[in-house]
Amino acid sequence: MTASRTPIDEATASTIDRSRLTEGPVVIEARDVTKTFRIPDRRVDSIKERVTHPLTRQTYRELRALRGVSFDVHRGEFFGIVGRNGSGKSTLLKIMASIYRRDAGGLRVAGRLAPFIELGVGFNPELTSRENVVLNGVLMGLSRQQARRRLDAVLEFAELEQFADLKLKNYSSGMMVRLAFAVMVEADADIMLIDEVLAVGDAAFGQKCMDVFRARRDAGKTVVLVTHDMATVQSFCDRAMLLHNGEMQYLGDPEEAALRYYRLNFSGHHDASAPQDVPDVNVRVIDAWLENPAGERVDNIEQGEPIGFNVIFEARHDLAHPMFGFNFHNADGVLLFGFSREFDPPDGEPDELRAGRRVRLSGTIENRLLPGRYSVGAVISRNRTAADLALHMLRLLDFVVYGTEPGHGNVSVDVDMDVTVEDGA
Amino acid sequence: MTSGAMTQDDRLVLREVQGPSALGGGARRSLELLWLIAANEFKRTYFGTVLGYLWSLCRPLLLFAVLLVVFTHVLHLGNTVAHYPVFLLLNIVLFGFFQEATITSVSSVLTQEAVVRKTQFPRLVIPLAVVLTSVFNLVLNLIVVCVFVLAFGISPRWTWLLMVPLLLVLFVLTTAVAMILSALYPRFRDLAIIWAVFATALLYATPVLYPLQHAHGALRTLLACNPLAPLFELSRRWVISPDAPVATGVVEVVVPIALIVGICALAVWVFRREAPRIAEAL
Repeated sequence: MTASRTPIDEATASTIDRSRLTEGPVVIEARDVTKTFRIPDRRVDSIKERVTHPLTRQTYRELRALRGVSFDVHRGEFFGIVGRNGSGKSTLLKIMASIYRRDAGGLRVAGRLAPFIELGVGFNPELTSRENVVLNGVLMGLSRQQARRRLDAVLEFAELEQFADLKLKNYSSGMMVRLAFAVMVEADADIMLIDEVLAVGDAAFGQKCMDVFRARRDAGKTVVLVTHDMATVQSFCDRAMLLHNGEMQYLGDPEEAALRYYRLNFSGHHDASAPQDVPDVNVRVIDAWLENPAGERVDNIEQGEPIGFNVIFEARHDLAHPMFGFNFHNADGVLLFGFSREFDPPDGEPDELRAGRRVRLSGTIENRLLPGRYSVGAVISRNRTAADLALHMLRLLDFVVYGTEPGHGNVSVDVDMDVTVEDGA
Repeated sequence: MTSGAMTQDDRLVLREVQGPSALGGGARRSLELLWLIAANEFKRTYFGTVLGYLWSLCRPLLLFAVLLVVFTHVLHLGNTVAHYPVFLLLNIVLFGFFQEATITSVSSVLTQEAVVRKTQFPRLVIPLAVVLTSVFNLVLNLIVVCVFVLAFGISPRWTWLLMVPLLLVLFVLTTAVAMILSALYPRFRDLAIIWAVFATALLYATPVLYPLQHAHGALRTLLACNPLAPLFELSRRWVISPDAPVATGVVEVVVPIALIVGICALAVWVFRREAPRIAEAL
């Protein structure tokens, strides 16, 4: 891969200042978007029942899917929407895509939208993939001519050139999803609305999708992503919104949104909708940096040089029995290795980090990483319970390992091996 | 990059999201979708199988042959009507269009479920595409009718041109019925069976197999109120027998016209009401 050969160029290639995105023009403006579904207690869906029971009043249960959600998405942002099942996130996306109608509130969008919902775009299984691609191109706002011109690019991206004239009903589900994703990507819309994309195809295609996301993000396209996967949120999104029971609970830093999402999930059976059950951030990162062997702060580490690793946390609330864990990921978010340390209190003090106290972790890590981009994530748990998270931050630090000896994979290990000819006995 | 006629400035203009509707996403896009869906469907039925076109031609012709034998040799009705075979064929083709389009349209929203649930799809395009596919079919069948008409020694007259507005009215009426059926089907799933039975009954309640003049008294007045009746009566007069009588009574003229207008108004009302929520009912 070329990316690993020129890591420094890569690192500086992105010209967009992502921290200033929220100063840019607004492309999605939602104000108090509200949606209530009326779910009949007993579904009557035939004329026969209406006629035979004319006096039965239909009774409904109201499901308030969205209760006044307001937010802005700015041009070029990668905007995440997270929440548990039934939190209203998919409904919100469908309202943005004009599939559902909102009951109240304002919603304005600038530019052309391409939705990718429930792992697919609208396909007709009776048509060939060629016909479906053109049809969906038009659905995404292209003209027929434009859609036809993009046909080859779509089929190539989906790696389905040989199957262009096969009816979609003969496709495997993986092929179908690949085609759907390719259609959406090649529609070149201003805003992509994506619902749960991680189940797309096999690993290699998933990787391709991630590359596309990265490229689109760097090209300044706006992406709204609904997902359960916090790693994606933390590594891609500029901002994230947490929905819970149809209400916006948090909007802002993806790390924080992810943390609160974990809290919601781990808070178990007691009523998680009450605001006090979504605790504030318990730990703040004061500083985190890498050092080279000379003790200088660095962003980049030379291949083979030990990594000096330092981080200072400050407790905002009392933390009992804290455990500090660090995970090293490659550029694709794959976990390479991790380690954890328990709090080591001074003699005689309890195993507790009092609010306001700071703790510093520092040391050196053997560097077996090959040239490339890496990130370090931090996980702090408390009360000797791994699930009781006080902090979960996927990207505490980003760094680049540079060097001239690229290899296969992400790490180099010492190998002692001989190749000898063995005569047949 | 090619992105329609949008300029950079256009892309930054915030526009209200209208939500799903009959023609959501613009008229041009709706027309393109309509054309693509109807053309795809037409291609599928006609070029998908070797016998595609022959089969769809066989259906009206076979029905025609059976009915012709029954009505000329068993019931002897055919012998009292001038050019009965041509009359029967033309009527079967016209009624076949109405029947095929409306029956297919009932479940059309469900057939297009994937697009309805996953994209901003102009809802009106769904029944319209079904009707348009049937129109392609009708045009092909009318060519065959034309051959028969000429073969039976009926010479072309200027009144044939009047068939164009007549077919237009038939198209509008069919579309209106298709709109109502397709919009209501997600809520009333037994509509498919009910309509299939109703359409069969309608075949006999419409002057398709017989001219209206063969019915008498109150029954004739009742049959004349059928909004399809004047269309069939007029097509017979304009294409086959210029001297064929056409109902001129106030009831026989006003009621069908009022019904056609009423059905169209009902279609617009029902469709506008149901269209935004069709995706939710699926």
